[in-house]
Amino acid sequence: MNAVGALDIVGAVLLLLGAALVLLAGIGLLRFPDVLTRASSGSKATGLGLTLVIVGVALVLATPRALVVLGLAALAQLVTAPVAGHVIARAAYRSGAPLWEGTHTDELAAHYATHPDEDA
Amino acid sequence: MTMIPVVTTVALAMIALAFLLALVRVVRGPSIADRALGADVALSGAVAAIAILTLSAGSEEFVDLVLIATLLGFLATVALSVLVGRRGS
Repeated sequence: MNAVGALDIVGAVLLLLGAALVLLAGIGLLRFPDVLTRASSGSKATGLGLTLVIVGVALVLATPRALVVLGLAALAQLVTAPVAGHVIARAAYRSGAPLWEGTHTDELAAHYATHPDEDA
Repeated sequence: MTMIPVVTTVALAMIALAFLLALVRVVRGPSIADRALGADVALSGAVAAIAILTLSAGSEEFVDLVLIATLLGFLATVALSVLVGRRGS
């Protein structure tokens, strides 16, 4: 009984943390100035935020089936979300999306010597 | 036992707000990559909402939905960014 209560509390805390992270990322998505910073904010939500919510729900449910399936979902999300974020950011950069005027260094500029939009 | 309904309600409210903010980004753009990002965050908000609703629904059937939706979301995002790479912003 005691252990179940502790699991509930840990699960609830993780759930609230994940939801708060998703909300923060939503705010960042709206307020950040260019595509790359928004991609940074967005992949926090999809990677860490959603994973925390899923783990929290799994801990509160605490049945074998929920633990296995949700654990798998959390693992898949933790692995694929950063990849998705990078793929989007790279596609945006290569398609010539404007950078924020306060951008300090652009290490990719030398790499794509022909950057503005010819060889796509 | 009395704690969980309060927690799920608060978490659902936060996720609903995040979903709306992401939809605003989808509508505003300006580039296709921005819309793809907004859709990605909106989808993960929806998945988080499904996972939380499993708690109040009292049935575990939604759990499979969470797994499938996470994998489909990754596929959709990668497909959209291939499109962005082809067509430009």
